[in-house]
Amino acid sequence: MKLNKIFKNILFVVLAGIFLSACATKKVSNQMQGDVYTGKDTVEYLASGVPDRVFFATNESVLTTASRETLRKQAAWLRKNSKVNVVLEGHADERGTREYNLALGERRANAAKDYLMTYGISGNRISVISYGKERPVDSGSNPLAWSKNRRSVTVKAN
Amino acid sequence: MKKIKLYIFALLFLIIPKTSFGLIEVDITRGNLNPLPIAVSPLFVESKSIKKFQNLLKKENIGEDISSVVENNLKSSGLFNPLKKEAFLQKPDIAHLKPRFEDWSLIKAQALITGEVKYENEKLRVEFRLWDVLAGKEMMALAFTTVPDNWRRVGHIITDKVYQRLTGEKGYFDTRIIYVSEEGPKTNRVKKLAIMDQDGFNTKYLTLGNELVLTPRFNPTNQMVTYLSYFKNLPRVYLLDIETGVQEVVGDFPGMTFAPRFSPDGKKIIMSFAKDGNSDIYTMDLENRIVEKITNHPSIDTSPSFSPDGKYICFNSDRSGYQQIYVMKSDGSKVKRISFGKGLYGTPVWSPRGDLIAFTKLHKGKFYIGVMRVDGSGERLLTENYYQEAPSWSPNGRVLIFYRETKSDSEGKGFSAKLWSIDLTGYNERLVDTKTDASDPSWSSLLSE
Repeated sequence: MKLNKIFKNILFVVLAGIFLSACATKKVSNQMQGDVYTGKDTVEYLASGVPDRVFFATNESVLTTASRETLRKQAAWLRKNSKVNVVLEGHADERGTREYNLALGERRANAAKDYLMTYGISGNRISVISYGKERPVDSGSNPLAWSKNRRSVTVKAN
Repeated sequence: MKKIKLYIFALLFLIIPKTSFGLIEVDITRGNLNPLPIAVSPLFVESKSIKKFQNLLKKENIGEDISSVVENNLKSSGLFNPLKKEAFLQKPDIAHLKPRFEDWSLIKAQALITGEVKYENEKLRVEFRLWDVLAGKEMMALAFTTVPDNWRRVGHIITDKVYQRLTGEKGYFDTRIIYVSEEGPKTNRVKKLAIMDQDGFNTKYLTLGNELVLTPRFNPTNQMVTYLSYFKNLPRVYLLDIETGVQEVVGDFPGMTFAPRFSPDGKKIIMSFAKDGNSDIYTMDLENRIVEKITNHPSIDTSPSFSPDGKYICFNSDRSGYQQIYVMKSDGSKVKRISFGKGLYGTPVWSPRGDLIAFTKLHKGKFYIGVMRVDGSGERLLTENYYQEAPSWSPNGRVLIFYRETKSDSEGKGFSAKLWSIDLTGYNERLVDTKTDASDPSWSSLLSE
């Protein structure tokens, strides 16, 4: 009888474990597609419905479909608010050499800038700065944290 | 910055016996598993001088302090095993005049350093000798004079002379390391330029931490430093005179400049300039301010480093799709990829001896510091870790210093950044003690040359 209780407890623990790990996996796959972050944890908004940032795959500066959608919203908002200038801040994750990451951050921010310009925003209103791996938003050392950090953030400059 | 000039007054006598049969020598080309047992007798200080130094430097016995600097240096090289002082039978003053070699060989010493420190005309005068215990011979004797505040440097210079006499190569002890001191949470690190002696003493901060600073590098010919600063949020390469504290922006670029290094003659700065998502390599002549574009490719070209003769440049480019190491002539012609192993390669840096390029390699989630010949052959990985990068050579090309970061948990706890050194042989990996977390180390050339 006692043994039975212990067994039940063990079973409960095992089941709970399975349940939790399922949750964890689900959470990750919900927030990442490939290794590009698709969640909203760190996202801020320039205006209602206008997210401030886009995310990149490891070592990449190619804009994903979701990133292009975000940037089109930013472009639309910038067209309506023609006095607002922006800074695009490009970032990399911590798994690269510092100097290459500075260049990569600059390349990512410029990918976003180019896209905004094709949607009618003058280059004069956009400046670019790269922080490389110097300013992570998530300080964890795990794939999800790194995916949040590979980003270009549009910040109002005035 | 205090005067670091050292006045070498008298080179008393330097004896290199021609009949050098049986004389000790240390092979530094292999990993040294049997470091040479060496006795560093405390330098003798006579009573009048001892009082002077006690007043001036607040040191009980400056002779003992200098000899511990020497001992620590010898030990950190991995090539020497300094013996315990308690076992020494002979008094420092007598040993310095004429060692009783039987006493020293009894404690298994193969080499012996003796010396004397005096206070003379407001200066510190040191005289030291290196003895071959087994052959019963003096190998070297040297004296010099300096300001008393320079007493640690006296220990470093003695070590350099001993190292050179016993290995046949120049030392690297009378040198400094410039690095980035780091504090605070990972998401908002405060970074300052810091400089210290090679053995971790005399740390000084050169910036206040108001703006982000990265990648300081020494001019190989003097005490100038080039680094990246985010002053006014404009990331640009700066030039800093560490004697005067005067600094200036290098060039007039309409965008981020980064990854600076000096040319071997110290007259040019080579760096990357990023524009419209493309980073290329440029040089600026510090005398006539002429800027030259060296690479012209729509990929990332960065981390340039000159060969010691100034004729070639190695650099990092992703023109093949991923980060690899390339070599070209210093005018930008004859670009040739040299890294072909599995993984990504970054931060190439040419050895001061000219024959090797040190690099960082990323493969299957691990970071390696390695070396390869300048044609890319003979790749050798010296150390593997979770994260490490940015090697910098000791001026004699025998030791690499780099930084290593530890993994953090999901809250960012457990993170650290520290300086490490490792011999070219892959042996003698050591933590280099710093007051704060540290990264981006750069090794100076010998100060007393």
